[in-house]
Amino acid sequence: MNADFAVPAREAPRPSALGRPVVRPREPLPSEQTAPKVAIKDVSFYYKKFQALKNINLVLHDKRVTAFIGPSGCGKSTLLRILNRIYELYPGQRAAGQVLVDGQNILDPAQDLNLLRAKVGMVFQKPTPFPMSIHDNIAFGIRLYEKISPSQLDERVEEALRRAALWDEVKDKLTQSGLSLSGGQQQRLCIARAIAVKPEILLLDEPASALDPISTQRIEELIAELKSDYCIAIVTHNMQQAARSSDYTAFMYLGELVEFSETETMFTHPHERRTEDYITGRFG
Amino acid sequence: MTVANGLYRRRRAANTVYLTLSWVATGLGLAVLFLILGELLWKGIPALGIDFFTKETPGPGSTGGGMANAIIGSVFMTGLATLVGTPVGVLTGTYLAEYGRDSYIAPTVRFVNDILLSAPSIVIGVFVYGIVVVPMHSFSGWAGAAALAVIAVPVVVRTTEDMLKLVPGSLREAAVALGAPQWKVIVLVTYRAALQGMLTGVMLAVARIAGETAPLLFTAVSNQFTSLDMNREMANLPVVIFNFANSAYGNWIELAWGGALLITFTILILNIVARVLASWSNRTS
Repeated sequence: MNADFAVPAREAPRPSALGRPVVRPREPLPSEQTAPKVAIKDVSFYYKKFQALKNINLVLHDKRVTAFIGPSGCGKSTLLRILNRIYELYPGQRAAGQVLVDGQNILDPAQDLNLLRAKVGMVFQKPTPFPMSIHDNIAFGIRLYEKISPSQLDERVEEALRRAALWDEVKDKLTQSGLSLSGGQQQRLCIARAIAVKPEILLLDEPASALDPISTQRIEELIAELKSDYCIAIVTHNMQQAARSSDYTAFMYLGELVEFSETETMFTHPHERRTEDYITGRFG
Repeated sequence: MTVANGLYRRRRAANTVYLTLSWVATGLGLAVLFLILGELLWKGIPALGIDFFTKETPGPGSTGGGMANAIIGSVFMTGLATLVGTPVGVLTGTYLAEYGRDSYIAPTVRFVNDILLSAPSIVIGVFVYGIVVVPMHSFSGWAGAAALAVIAVPVVVRTTEDMLKLVPGSLREAAVALGAPQWKVIVLVTYRAALQGMLTGVMLAVARIAGETAPLLFTAVSNQFTSLDMNREMANLPVVIFNFANSAYGNWIELAWGGALLITFTILILNIVARVLASWSNRTS
C-alpha cells in the first residue's frame, strides 16, 4: 500500500478486511475547495440482522459525477438508497452513521423525509413512468411542492423535458400516456420528472442497464449535460460507462468501500489488487 | 430417431386417456351451462314484452302483469349496496395492501374477510334480519341493501387488495422518491395504476349481489307494488322469481322465467365488462 495516499473526509476511514479505502491526491477543482455536497461518514446498513454496508466513508462533490461500481450484492445500490432514505419504506432496514448533506445529518430521525426526497432526486433501473400523460408525469412532482399557474406549470414541464433531451420527441404528444413511449424515452421522462422538482442531488441507480446502446448513449450525454448543475451519484454495472461519464469512482465489494479515487486514476492505476481484478474482468 | 419402446407407448396411451377424460369433463360442464342458457332463452324470451318492464307483478289469479316493481327494487337495492360497499371495500383493501402490510392486524382482517367471502348468503340474511329488521320492526329496502352490501364488501376488499399488490413497488418508490407523502402516492399513482382492476372487482361484486336471493328473503322480502320507500318491503327480481316459480299460475311462472333470463344476462354482461376492463388493465400496466 502506498504511503502517500490522502483521505478527503475529515475522519480517517476504518481499516477493513480488504485494506483501507485508497484515495489518491489530485489538483483540487474549484468546487472541491469548498465543503463537499455530501459527506458519508462511517455509514453501516442492515437488512434485519444482515449487515450490508460496513463503515463506509466517502464524499460527493457538487457538479461532479461519482460512479459506484462493484459486483452484484456489494451494496452500491444500498448506499444510494440511503441518500434519500427510501429504504425506510421497508421495515427491518436500518442505517447507522452520518450522512451530511450541506453539513446537515439527513439520517437524523427528525429529518423530514418528503423534503429530503424533494432535494435528492432518484432515477431507477427500470423506467417507472406513472400511468398518466407525459405532461402530468412531469407536473406530478412540481405540484407537490409548488402552487403555480397552469401556464407556469407548462413552462416548467417544457424546461424539464428540454433538459432531459426529450422535448423534441414528445412536444406534440404531451397528453399521451407516459407508458406509450419507448424504454429509452421513458427513462429520460423519469430523469425529466426528477429534475423538474429542482433537486440538488441526483441519484441514478443503473439508469441505462435496461436500455439499448443508443438509448444508453443518450442517457450518458444527458448525465454529462446535467453535471453542470447537480451533484450526481450513479450506480453502474458497466465499467466503460463509469469510466466515460464519472469524475470519481468508488469500488465496493462485499459491503465495503475498497477504493475511492478519481475515475482516471482508478481505471489506469488502481491501487488495490481487487479493484484491478474487477475492472479488468477477472471476477464479478 | 429413438425407437418407440414399451414405456413410451404406455405414456402415449395414458396421455390419450387423460386427454379424453378432460374433454369429456369440459363437455359435461359446458353442456349443463348451455342447457340452462338454452332453456332460459326458450322459456324466458316469450315473457320479455313491453309489459314485462312496465307493469307491476300480478296478484293471484289475475292475468298478464310484469316485473317493473321487482326490476326497480333490484336496481335500487343493488345500487345502494354497491354505493355503500365499494368505499368500505376499497378502503379496507387499501389498508391491507398499502398500510397494513407488516402489521399484526392485517392477516386477521384478511382471514375474517375470506370467511365472509365464502359465508353462506342465507347466514348473512339472518344476521341482517337480527340487526336491522328486528329493531326496525319491519322488513325494508334498507335491510335488503344492507344484506347485499355485507356480501359485496369482501369481494371488493379482496380484489382491491390483489390489484394494489400487482402494482409494482418500483412505481411507489418512484413517487416516494419525488417527495410525495404516502397518501398522495396511493391516491394519485397506485390507484390510477390499479383502477381498471379495482373497477373489475366492483363489477364482480355487483354481479354477485344482483342475483342473491337468500339474504333478501329475510330482509326486503317482496312487494306487490312499485315502491321507492326504503322503509317498507321492497320487490326484487330474485325473491319474485322464487315465489312465482313455485306458484300454480301460468302467468307467474312465465314471468319467473323472464326474470331469470333478465338476471342471468345482466350478470353475464357485467362479467364480460369486468373481463374487458381487466384485460385493458393488463395491457396498459
